[in-house]
Amino acid sequence: MKVYMDNNATTSLDKSVLQEMLPYYTDIYGNASSKFYEVGRVAEKAVLEIRERVAKQLGAKTNEIYFTSSGCEADNWAIKGVAFANKEKGNHIITSKIEHHAILSACEFLEKHGFDVTYLDVDSVGRVNPEDVLKAITDKTILVSIMTANNEIGTIEPISEIAKICKEKKIIFHTDCVQAIGHMPISVSELGADMISISAHKFHGPKGVGVLYIRNGVRIDNLIHGGGQERGKRAATENVAGMAGLCKALELANENLDEKISHMTKMRDKLIKGILDRIPYCKLNGPYDDTRLCNNVNFSFQYIEGESILMMLDMHGIAASSGSACASGSLDPSHVLLAIGLPHEIAHGSLRLSVGEDTTEEEVDYVLEVLPPIIERLRMMSPLYEEVIRSN
Amino acid sequence: MYSEKVMDHFSNPRNVGEIENANAVGQVGNAKCGDIMKIYMDIDENEVIKDVKFKTFGCGAAIATSSMATEMVKGKSVEEALKLTNKAVMEALDGLPPEKVHCSVLAEEAIRSAIDNYRGGSSAATHSCGSDCSSCPNCK
Repeated sequence: MKVYMDNNATTSLDKSVLQEMLPYYTDIYGNASSKFYEVGRVAEKAVLEIRERVAKQLGAKTNEIYFTSSGCEADNWAIKGVAFANKEKGNHIITSKIEHHAILSACEFLEKHGFDVTYLDVDSVGRVNPEDVLKAITDKTILVSIMTANNEIGTIEPISEIAKICKEKKIIFHTDCVQAIGHMPISVSELGADMISISAHKFHGPKGVGVLYIRNGVRIDNLIHGGGQERGKRAATENVAGMAGLCKALELANENLDEKISHMTKMRDKLIKGILDRIPYCKLNGPYDDTRLCNNVNFSFQYIEGESILMMLDMHGIAASSGSACASGSLDPSHVLLAIGLPHEIAHGSLRLSVGEDTTEEEVDYVLEVLPPIIERLRMMSPLYEEVIRSN
Repeated sequence: MYSEKVMDHFSNPRNVGEIENANAVGQVGNAKCGDIMKIYMDIDENEVIKDVKFKTFGCGAAIATSSMATEMVKGKSVEEALKLTNKAVMEALDGLPPEKVHCSVLAEEAIRSAIDNYRGGSSAATHSCGSDCSSCPNCK
């Protein structure tokens, strides 16, 4: 049995999304900026329509939608673009310790260029306290960026409260919606953010295309310089097929969203309860209430290491991910798991299982059948577990 | 990412377990870094390693190198076992990804630590992350 449980990493491309994209790879190959012949004009018209449809899905204005190559680019643009465009006003940025590396590394880059960054702590389930945002604001603060939902442990952040604080203080507020979109209703007016980043491949769209929503009036410099595409704000020949794919995937994601959320929540909870019932010495990372992303499960299993769990799951056809140092290719385990206060040795033994709208009960049952003996087998190999057995 | 040999030794590790009344026990690594190897040996009066077992907390490469290293010293004399290098363990496994080289260093050190213990060296547990982890902030 093949079971894909890594939907927080990426999702499968929906077949109807692919159908929507194909004409722009074949017949409608024109450059959307070449308006003096038909095949270019058709592409240009498609881009206009796509932008309108995406704006409608996000509750935004058409001229507030900017296409990018990825969520990562959208995040980089938001952070660096606002920082450089507003440096006369101030040099202080506020973010959190659990942001995606697209935000954290962009902030670290800015620190090398004279900006000060406050990385807010989170509580034990990964939640940013809006009061901490308020306290961190100084007269030099030009930007706050807090993610809508965390990609590793699924914590949904109090975004509208933080947005309200930023609005009162007249500070630009960006939120990384990459994991949230398709898994909870997202409307820019309800969120109250000035900028949001999204990425198509997290909701059954293609890889290589994202959007940065920029509220009219936000001062932002360009990140990609070149031609006059995206109304002069983001150069590069329009990726019309990608835009069409993102647009269709977003429309599909928002169709019957409540039903999909309720299905994913059911699968998530079946996994969480099943693991807690079957496996001792484990801990659910992140919240276990309505502030948890509907498709995310993250556990730490004591006395063992995450990469070994992934390799054994893979032998059984199950795809998952881990925040262990080995799985992340660095010396330290996941920054998110450390930020919620896990000791290194517990963070090394983490496993993320993320379900999708097409995950079935049978697949969840299969994972619950396969996982416990894997954990037990690795524990029986672990010198740390010897002491546990002895003390019992 | 891993060679077939690594996958074989990970999925069917040789010599997993403990030896009751082992006369050589060595442990290297630490939980903070995500790797601990513990080696048990039964060394006879002719200084031949009659039996060897391991317990490892760590990634796939850590488990595979433990398995391979124990296979390579089993039945050998203590003197021969001390000549085991991390390079030899890696070669026997048809190579390791660069970021996993330290696992083979750990395996070499674990064997040495057990033999040190047999020869009356200090404690069974030492703190080391292997030479490639010299920059590791957790080990400083």
